[in-house]
Amino acid sequence: MTEAQIKETIFKVLGRIAPEAQLDKLAPNDNLRETLDIDSFDYLQFLIGLNEELGVEIPEADYGQLTTLADLIRYLSARVR
Amino acid sequence: MPSLGADMKAGTLVAWRVKPGDRVKRGDIIAEVETEKGLVEVEVFEEGVVDQIFVQPGEKVPVETVLAMIRPEGMPAVSAPAEVPQAAVKEHVPAEAGPEVKPGLEVSHLPGQPPQRRIRVSPLARKLAAELGIDLSTVQGTGPMGAIERADVERAAAKRLAEKAPTPSVSEKPGPPTMEKPAVTEFQIGMRRAIAAAMSRSNREIPHYYLETRIDMSRALRWLEAENQRRSIKERLLPAVLLIKAVARALGEVPELNGYWIDDRLQPQEAIHIGFAISLRQGGLVVPAIHHVDLKSLDELMEALRDLITRVRAGRLRSPEMTDATITITNLGDLGVEKVFGVIYPPQVALVGFGKITEQPWAENGMIGIRPVLTATLAADHRATDGHQGGRFLEALNRHLQEAAKL
Repeated sequence: MTEAQIKETIFKVLGRIAPEAQLDKLAPNDNLRETLDIDSFDYLQFLIGLNEELGVEIPEADYGQLTTLADLIRYLSARVR
Repeated sequence: MPSLGADMKAGTLVAWRVKPGDRVKRGDIIAEVETEKGLVEVEVFEEGVVDQIFVQPGEKVPVETVLAMIRPEGMPAVSAPAEVPQAAVKEHVPAEAGPEVKPGLEVSHLPGQPPQRRIRVSPLARKLAAELGIDLSTVQGTGPMGAIERADVERAAAKRLAEKAPTPSVSEKPGPPTMEKPAVTEFQIGMRRAIAAAMSRSNREIPHYYLETRIDMSRALRWLEAENQRRSIKERLLPAVLLIKAVARALGEVPELNGYWIDDRLQPQEAIHIGFAISLRQGGLVVPAIHHVDLKSLDELMEALRDLITRVRAGRLRSPEMTDATITITNLGDLGVEKVFGVIYPPQVALVGFGKITEQPWAENGMIGIRPVLTATLAADHRATDGHQGGRFLEALNRHLQEAAKL
């Protein structure tokens, strides 16, 4: 899976959680939760959505590494088959 | 029209889920009503057969207006309502069958009416559709179970535009940002008004007192971390679940904080239904109740929370959830704030506030260390309780959070 496909999947899942957000305006190093106003419940739903779409299991201990779009793409690229 | 929250004055009947002749039992959802807080599913508290329906979809009526009549099983159907003794007819609203009902007038267009096709639609989409003059029955929904969402209405509007005026080949997608704004604003005005009314009443009538305590969360979080490590991502628990359960446990010890202040006296409630403040993405908040928190396991609570938040954000709540909370929790832990001083939601007598868990210096056994610390606050009604009971509650809350495994 290419990085572009992963990014597309991330946007798809984010779009379900924050339908009004203008995702194309999101910079790679923006803090996702702060920029899009995602609370801890929605964040968990977001990770569950990624898990369903990509099959990547994200341990809770890794949440801290996943604050920006760039982080997520890097993390998921390394793990998606 | 039941009152679906403090200071609700009127509601729009959106759809019936029953028709005359249908048998209903307590707890069945019989109608959908649009309020300032979104779409609410109305439950029935009677058992019997739907006799007549007085309010048609689309009609906005004041609270306490009779929506329908339900007759007990076995009673003969009402052919001419005026002749039937009042006792034989029950309506599902707790309020009196007010004088505004004129069955004789309505009866002509009732029987034999084709049942309404049920359309699932989010409140936002409904508002937008009304504003744009889009007939919802012509819109294809793409949301859960075919629900119509805002994007669907926008698509329909765009399609209509395209049909009316042949689209110049340049822009296939006429994104309508200008249409979106008024709908949101109108919805927000209603919600802000409802919040203002309830909170003004609270500040006017309730003599609040406030207490706060700092709670060392290191044991609870360590337990949660170990627990979540064993779980798949879908089964993981949020810290909020521990807090909600601990509140229920502490209320078991100080039941005076769980109830209502009505008619100059405290009416403690046996059931613990915790109202959980949930913010909406488009602004505003709703506070639906999680029922019987004390009887639910942490897993059941997480599931209940998931279900509730999902439905709140999709604008689908059931009527009891909006009205029967016995205490409220406001959890601002996702924001940067350390503590919240809440405003009690009348007629409740207490509100528990949680701030963000932050690392703080903590002294224990003559040693100073760094611990994750949560500030819990209690806003309580001084007519019902005093600081002594409030303090006992916070102390119990702390104690239960030190033993998360037992929650």
